[in-house]
Amino acid sequence: MTAALTRATAVELLAAMGAGEVAAVEVVRAHLERIAATEERLHAFLRVLDEPALAHAADVDRRRAAGEPLGALAGVPLALKDILCTAGVPTTCGSRILEGYRPPYDATVVARLRAADAVVVGKTNLDEFAMGSSTENSAFGPTRNPWDTSRVPGGSSGGSAAAVAAFDAPLGIGTDTGGSIRQPAALCGVVGLKPTYGLVSRYGLVAFASSLDQVGPMARTVTDAALLLGAVAGPDPMDSTSLQEPAPDLLGDLDRGVDGLRVGLVAEEIEDGMAPGVRAGLARAVEALERLGAKVADVRLPHAGYGIAAYYLIAPSEASSNLSRYDGVRYGLRVDGATTEEMTARTRDAGFGDEVKRRVMIGTHALSAGYYDAYYAQAQRVRTLIMRDFAAAYESCDVLLGPTSPGTAFPLGAKIDDPLAMYLNDVYTVPSNLAGAPALSLPAGLDDGGLPVGVQLMAPALGEPTLLRVARALEAELAFDPTPRGARSSEEVRA
Amino acid sequence: MTTAPGAAEATAEQAERWEPVIGLEVHVELSTRTKMFCGCATDFGGAPNTRTCPVCLGQPGSLPVANAGAVEYGIRLGLALGCRIAPDSRFHRKNYFYPDMPKNYQISQYDVPLCVGGGLEVVTGAGRRHVGITRVHMEEDTGKSSHVGSGGRIHGADHSLVDYNRAGIPLLEVVSEPDLRSAEEARAYLTELRAIVRTLGISDAKLEEGSMRCDANVSLRPVGHTVFGTRVEIKNMNSLRSLGRAILYEVVRQRGLLDAGEPVVQETRHWDEDAGRTSPLRRKEEITDYRYFPDPDLVPVMPAPEWVERLRADLPEMPGVTRSRLTEGLGLPAEQAHTLVHAGLAGLLQDAAAAGSGPAEAANWLTNEVLTWCAEHGVDPADAPLTGAALAELVGLVADGTLSARLGRSVLVDALDGRGTPGRIVAARGLRQISDSDRLAAAVDEAIAANPEAAARVREGNPKAVGPLVGAVMRATGGQANPRVVNELLRSRLAAPG
Repeated sequence: MTAALTRATAVELLAAMGAGEVAAVEVVRAHLERIAATEERLHAFLRVLDEPALAHAADVDRRRAAGEPLGALAGVPLALKDILCTAGVPTTCGSRILEGYRPPYDATVVARLRAADAVVVGKTNLDEFAMGSSTENSAFGPTRNPWDTSRVPGGSSGGSAAAVAAFDAPLGIGTDTGGSIRQPAALCGVVGLKPTYGLVSRYGLVAFASSLDQVGPMARTVTDAALLLGAVAGPDPMDSTSLQEPAPDLLGDLDRGVDGLRVGLVAEEIEDGMAPGVRAGLARAVEALERLGAKVADVRLPHAGYGIAAYYLIAPSEASSNLSRYDGVRYGLRVDGATTEEMTARTRDAGFGDEVKRRVMIGTHALSAGYYDAYYAQAQRVRTLIMRDFAAAYESCDVLLGPTSPGTAFPLGAKIDDPLAMYLNDVYTVPSNLAGAPALSLPAGLDDGGLPVGVQLMAPALGEPTLLRVARALEAELAFDPTPRGARSSEEVRA
Repeated sequence: MTTAPGAAEATAEQAERWEPVIGLEVHVELSTRTKMFCGCATDFGGAPNTRTCPVCLGQPGSLPVANAGAVEYGIRLGLALGCRIAPDSRFHRKNYFYPDMPKNYQISQYDVPLCVGGGLEVVTGAGRRHVGITRVHMEEDTGKSSHVGSGGRIHGADHSLVDYNRAGIPLLEVVSEPDLRSAEEARAYLTELRAIVRTLGISDAKLEEGSMRCDANVSLRPVGHTVFGTRVEIKNMNSLRSLGRAILYEVVRQRGLLDAGEPVVQETRHWDEDAGRTSPLRRKEEITDYRYFPDPDLVPVMPAPEWVERLRADLPEMPGVTRSRLTEGLGLPAEQAHTLVHAGLAGLLQDAAAAGSGPAEAANWLTNEVLTWCAEHGVDPADAPLTGAALAELVGLVADGTLSARLGRSVLVDALDGRGTPGRIVAARGLRQISDSDRLAAAVDEAIAANPEAAARVREGNPKAVGPLVGAVMRATGGQANPRVVNELLRSRLAAPG
């Protein structure tokens, strides 16, 4: 029974709870037990919220019994990336500098999850301030990939990806600045969607790079991801950059199929440094789409290759400013000094990890007088060119298809001392962030080593319904089994 | 450092060699109900850190949302100053570390401000000058630090306390062109700007309380040259008086350097009101690179043209127009009109005139007695507790001889002190001017008897000696004697024997 509950999708759990077959408390308890069983090996969570989760579940059961209205995700366990503020509950962003920090307010996404009665079972691990592609940059230790615990889960939302992949929770919330939802989703064999910029409120999302950050869903099925996105999307008066229009209907067209749909295969990317297993996965996706009646043709994004360079100027520039508030004055870590400057310098030196320091320095330099035009302003011009590339591609395509990540999950420590190699993980994902457009990673089988391969679908702004529809069709055709079964995965993880 | 001589010591010859070039940056704290980027109240007086929220405290994850009311105030000031309102202005981040700034960056405007290219007229003894306004932009205020144990500066403090109630209060920064040529003009400019801001009702604009703050950029150049000299920025002037003193000091200091062939260093200097001098800010307090970039958390400010036009149509009468109405319409001297408008008393004057008072008489009472009373009581003249009708009544009582000028002053003070209308005060105090010579004769005789020396001098042909005698009569009659009648009586009694 317990195993069946943790293997169920959110849709299945909602149906079972709605029919009175199982109580929310049982569902949540089963997942908390599952977390207890896997956590020592995976370290997907920075904090497991046993008691509040069970209390929330009990409240859902009580209200259901009393016939009171319930939210759209009532009783469904959810793993929340520890970069979204939760009132009174520690929010660390994977950083020493925020150790012990308890926000005085809930992020809009958290408030909406609560209103939907999703039950947050814990806050998940991440690269410090979402800066990284392996979750090794967490100040509190790395998360491991449920498919092979010697390997990374990807990042920065590696904790949420691992939790969903390991059946710790059917739903996860991640954030994606340059691929931080999609790349770990690909490496852990789950679905991850980076929404259109502005579709989901950033209020209470601790900022990394404000013009690129988006909150999005992670799940083991496309339908669950759509359900979760629907619960958190929509305008927010607290976020000036949130879109004014109501969120599009994400579920209505989900099963309409892809017959006649025009799919652009991002051609030049296939040539460039892609692992054979990823190439094979992409080929499987192309064949599946063609079998389903879609028309697949090569397209070019001539400036996408400059995306990484532009991204690694824009994101650190914004980060250097966003992270300057961590100074030891008001909250979080403080290391005393003889002067304010010394206190701030010591606090930041002790509180930030190497990757954060590296990006703060890059960004500070890029914004400096005399360098601004050459770096930040130039990177913004590249951004415009990439947006034009996408616009041109969508004249002949409805969606674009490509790899999510150049390779599958890599061993812990393999890239941690080589920042450039690590940054190249984002080569396929950053263009969508720069363009503010939605993109989704979907499992497309395993490589020869038994590790999941992800393919990426991209659509124009607010193209989420199309994106999800294509992903749903592809998911059904590829029939990926999300159960981790790699050589090194443990019995517990195999469930 | 060369010790600068006192301003008064500057010789006319020195003064003619160098021309001061002055521009002002004025911060106006807006009286919107809520802060610039959050819903916190802006009112003063809350216990420290009680007017705060996650946004103005810069808590992780919080985001700013621009206050439409502050944008409206900014547009109104821009329109009043004849600026062009940008159809699409931006917010930038100004990055620097300071403990009273919650985010360690200030949201401000940079290359595309809300308003550009206006101007205003200033009038001084040297004549009339048009001063260009470069820009008016929006930004947020910082918190307030109190440094303990260091004379108010952060360096050397034992500890510091920060109150973030002020953090996020909307500010407009008004930047002038370097068009001002003297401390007097700078004061006149600030006075005029303050009058405009008050007329718009967008700020209480009190320099002493910091709701209006002013930095001055001062440089000198040889007379006749068009290239600017090296500029020094002066901070910390919190009254019109200190603005004038600081500029004078700085002009004299720079002139001393230049005359001695020494360079002026471009720097920021701090005005010390008590010491009466400027001194350089320590290097660490001076920031050279703010790393401005567009704030990605905010969207461009794009006011609808119809809205801007509606705000333009709804602008109140500007002080310049009011002044011409007082001079050309009511016949007041220019200087007096100026004083009344800048003191915020033009409305009271017009109310008094409408209630039947002669404008000149009402203006005199305002510029003399009312301003004095306000200064003595620390009341902003604009808030003087007097109505136009009461002022008109007072003018009437003096004009019809009921009250002497002296009694009129006494009644006006009572009225300002809240003792009722002039008519009621006169009735309550039994004040009536005594003009009947028969009723005054006894008091006049007593005054002569009590002051034989003064009486003797008058008899000897010294008319000025009559003063103590008049004073004695006034005292004896409780101030009610008509001074003209008393004078006539004294003269006839003390006429030199024929």
